[in-house]
Amino acid sequence: MTARTSIAPPAEIVGAPVASRPTVWRKLRKNPSVLLGATIVLIMLFIGLIAPVIAPTDPTAINPAARNLLPLAESSARLEDGTRATIVHLMGTDSLGRDVYTRVLYGARVSILVGITVALVSVAIGTIIGTAAGYFRWLDSLIMRIMDGLMAIPAILLAIALVSLSSAGITTVIIAITVPEVPRIVRLVRSIVLSVREEPYVEAAITVGTPVLPLLIRHVLPNTIAPLIVQGTFVCASAILVEAILSFLGIGIPPETPTWGNIMAEGRQLFRLFPHNILFPGIFLAVTVLAVNILGDGLRDTLDPKMEKRA
Amino acid sequence: MISYILRRLAATIPVMLIVAVLVFLMLRLTPSDPAAIIAGDNATSEQILAIRAKLGLDQPIVTQFFTWLGRVLSGDFGNSFFFKKTVWELVSNRIEPTLSLSALTMVFAIAIAVPLGAIAAYRQGTLIDRVVMGFSVLGFSVPVFVIGYVLVYVFAINLGWFPVQGYQRLASGIGPWLQSLILPAVTLSVIYIALIARMTRTSMLDVLSEDYIRTARAKGQTEAKVLFRHALKNAAVPIVTVVGIGIALLIGGVVVTESVYSIPGLGRLTVDAVLARDFPVIQAIILLFSLVYVLINLIVDLSYTIFDPRIRH
Amino acid sequence: MQPVNYSRRTVLIGAAALAGILSFAAISGSANAQDEDTLRVVMQADVRIVDPIWTTSYIVRDHGYMIYDTLFAMDANGEIQPQMVDRYTVSEDKLTYTFTLRGGLLWHDNQPVTTADIIPSIKRWAARDALGQTVMTFVTSIEAKDDLTFEIKLKEPTGLLIFALGKPSSNVPFMMPKRIAETDPNTQISEFIGSGPFVFMSDEWRPGDKAVYTKFEGYKPRSEAPSGLTGGKVAKVSRVEWRVIADQQQAVNALLNGEIDIIQQPGADLFPLLKDDPSIKIVDWNPYGYQFNLRFNQAVKPFDNPKIRQAALYALNQEDFLQAAIGNPEYYTVCKAMFVCGTQLETIAGMEDKLESNFAKSKQLLADAGYDGEPVVLLHSTDLPALTNIAPVAKSLLERGGFVVDMQSMDWQTVLSRRVRKEPPSQGGWNAMATYWSSADVLNPVMGAFFNASGDKAAFGWPNDPEMEELRRRFVRADALEEQKGIAEAVQLREAESPTHIVLGQFNLPGATRSNVSGWIPAAAPVFWNIEKGNGGE
Repeated sequence: MTARTSIAPPAEIVGAPVASRPTVWRKLRKNPSVLLGATIVLIMLFIGLIAPVIAPTDPTAINPAARNLLPLAESSARLEDGTRATIVHLMGTDSLGRDVYTRVLYGARVSILVGITVALVSVAIGTIIGTAAGYFRWLDSLIMRIMDGLMAIPAILLAIALVSLSSAGITTVIIAITVPEVPRIVRLVRSIVLSVREEPYVEAAITVGTPVLPLLIRHVLPNTIAPLIVQGTFVCASAILVEAILSFLGIGIPPETPTWGNIMAEGRQLFRLFPHNILFPGIFLAVTVLAVNILGDGLRDTLDPKMEKRA
Repeated sequence: MISYILRRLAATIPVMLIVAVLVFLMLRLTPSDPAAIIAGDNATSEQILAIRAKLGLDQPIVTQFFTWLGRVLSGDFGNSFFFKKTVWELVSNRIEPTLSLSALTMVFAIAIAVPLGAIAAYRQGTLIDRVVMGFSVLGFSVPVFVIGYVLVYVFAINLGWFPVQGYQRLASGIGPWLQSLILPAVTLSVIYIALIARMTRTSMLDVLSEDYIRTARAKGQTEAKVLFRHALKNAAVPIVTVVGIGIALLIGGVVVTESVYSIPGLGRLTVDAVLARDFPVIQAIILLFSLVYVLINLIVDLSYTIFDPRIRH
Repeated sequence: MQPVNYSRRTVLIGAAALAGILSFAAISGSANAQDEDTLRVVMQADVRIVDPIWTTSYIVRDHGYMIYDTLFAMDANGEIQPQMVDRYTVSEDKLTYTFTLRGGLLWHDNQPVTTADIIPSIKRWAARDALGQTVMTFVTSIEAKDDLTFEIKLKEPTGLLIFALGKPSSNVPFMMPKRIAETDPNTQISEFIGSGPFVFMSDEWRPGDKAVYTKFEGYKPRSEAPSGLTGGKVAKVSRVEWRVIADQQQAVNALLNGEIDIIQQPGADLFPLLKDDPSIKIVDWNPYGYQFNLRFNQAVKPFDNPKIRQAALYALNQEDFLQAAIGNPEYYTVCKAMFVCGTQLETIAGMEDKLESNFAKSKQLLADAGYDGEPVVLLHSTDLPALTNIAPVAKSLLERGGFVVDMQSMDWQTVLSRRVRKEPPSQGGWNAMATYWSSADVLNPVMGAFFNASGDKAAFGWPNDPEMEELRRRFVRADALEEQKGIAEAVQLREAESPTHIVLGQFNLPGATRSNVSGWIPAAAPVFWNIEKGNGGE
């Protein structure tokens, strides 16, 4: 499953010019979806950032004597200096005796990091390639054929193939999730660039001999910002889910690393006996993805109202 | 029309070629060595070299590619590196379960999502609308395996209505076949219901504000007739598009759903083949899925002309 | 007005289909009622390779016991008894063995079993198997006397010839027809004909889904009652299906639901689900159990240094591994004896103060050896339930003992391809990895592949220790049990100084069946003859 809330827009899209800043800002602040989504995302981000402060223990510290504890159970462990420490496991422990609460808190870091990185990288690469394709006619058909090819490979298969064929690691996973996202961004940007090129003011700028790069930056790219923010948000939500799926299939980020997907993958074998291992990270994951999706919906309604109708 | 179809068909050839090149390169540029895996535990390095030569893995990449491509074009996908079977034998055995699961999922999704979306649009802003839209965002946000486990827990274990896992072939009767597929199909359809309901609602909202709907109402036609006969018909194009785009999602979802329910379909074969570095099988599956994706989207494009006579190419 | 009411029709069809589906589901009732004569089994893995001589993988060994037969086999008391062999004699000088096969044995293609098939089968097995290779260095000739009689001549006496031919676990010397047995030992066989109690249905074999076996009507069982892997192998069901359910929990769910009859080895953590259910029986089919091992790569730094390997021996302890991997103490034993607790060669010699997590001692040894803090690459297999938790515990304990550990996670297939690489970790090699052996494979220093210390010719890890090799040669020549015990003790003392691998504990995972299944015979491998399926369970 890959969640793709937005639909890849076909080529005839006209980029909505960005409205003047104060209005957009006011509109955003008034939109309940944006407010709700952004608040939850910020809370999750904050939890991830302060995880080392609020977590009771190390997310990778194992304790074979305290495996599979139920939520609120206690365990004690001998520390290096010989003293004993007692930990209350708010969300229980996993099959290696690691504290699930700690791992869920740290998981916010990795999962959101994966989501945001994939969004930024795919938008950046997609924008560069898409602009090139839209502006330089001679590049267009070559690039678009390659993109068509990439798009024809189902995203999750492509990610599975990419991630399992090189060594497991967070970078590999990010690349594997990014690659299938790029063609959609490329298409979006290209279609905007194509339509902006035809605008009289851009044609005028070309006629007076404005060099390509400033021309692109000044006149073309601003038109892509709103749709890209919206698209990027949905990519972020989808990336968080795909990371969890790759971990579930056993080919994601190394299992020692606390990500929500890894915690769930670890807990899936014992779901019937200890559902908390799936439940807690599952709730955090669903709430986060939900918040990002709601935020995306709100952003789209405000910034790019025509988007949903474009299919 | 026919020349249009032919033109579109011809346009899929370069796309498939590019897919072939991409898949081939991706696999060959990785560090894993299928020969070492095949050779097993106590193999010496000479044995590994011999296996590599036998599989043709010692040839230059370009030679390997054209040898492979030539065979594929003549319908020969080669032999699996691991199983004493041809790739075609392995793959063809797996098509039925996957096709059944996908088809049933689509039926569920359309049967549930289209009315839901239509009603949500019709009652825009009411509680029903909010619930449907809330569900559709939620549908995108819960991983498919979590949905699967919860459904198994409730409907297979506690209530005992359906088997926990497995697949019954159509040959064993339509009853067992359906029974084995209902939970997986429901699991997999959640995300489509979300996607299609959402799209239906949006397109219906557009259509409902059009003049001819008002005309139909003014003529005194029943609301149900207006909604399902006039409005839905005209909202069909975007809905069909989304079904086509959903194929990519479906294929991704199949991989996970088949793992959860132990359905011996192409999705599980993919994961098994990837874990075993069984290059010929991976290549064949990805090519096959890509071809399906391209063809279905072609069909979707062509179906526009049926749903909306205004679109002529 | 629009001309077509297509969409309403679509909706109606969809709704009708849905209603139909739901009513179907309601009436078709409980899960597929299956033939009483079919045993539906979930094994520990999928059968992918089908040559038990070519690979040591346990699932293929188990496949072998379904369709092939053996000359000798191990009974419930660990004694080797004749199986396909009717009787044999040993000459006074212990150099000539004469074997006579049972009459009337048939291959699955109904051809008679003769010595012309047996001799190439022994030779092909001996070319692959570690014990077989060792024993063959004692053999001067194997010759057929007539269709049912053959003779093996030795250079010097060894107590291991009969033991080797009745070896219970990988590679088992399974007998195959001549044309198959003459396949090059390094090539996999492609025809699956044996003389065992079940026939492999190769056209129904779907890797990743199921393997199917049917009763061989032409099988002629011995008259004795079954005991371990010996005695009468009577197939009491007409069909055995090995189903693949990759998800352990789903396999348990399927068993509880009556969709399958047997799980060979459910994960230890899932036993609570099975134990209290009256429709389920727990069967302890493998009294020998398994042994966890940590294997070093001695071809590269730092584990080429015995002092550093010994430091690991001090840093680890078995309880932590067993708790993390198995959990329930009912199913594991802390046992430092390398040749398995509860056997004739059990000894604790040399291990008294080791495996107690003495981190101070470990750090001191590392300092003495000049360990420079270079990370040790530890391979972590993430998809074999029994092994998933071993590497993280090893990492944790080794780090506390002063090692720097780089744990790399991967699926088991990748571990297999990584561990055969001799290069340093930076070039794709490795330093340490965990695995497990069936205890039946490590009963003495000649069988146990990890004790082989012949450098390049040894198993992955490539230990090179002439002293160990000398001990192993002495063991092959030893005839009396007391002598064998003495050598085994010397081997373990040597291991305490210069470990080839570390024993991380013993465990035993029972199987689970529906309560209407009976007759599962305890043995070193799971076997399906003698198992019956009543009609009481559902």
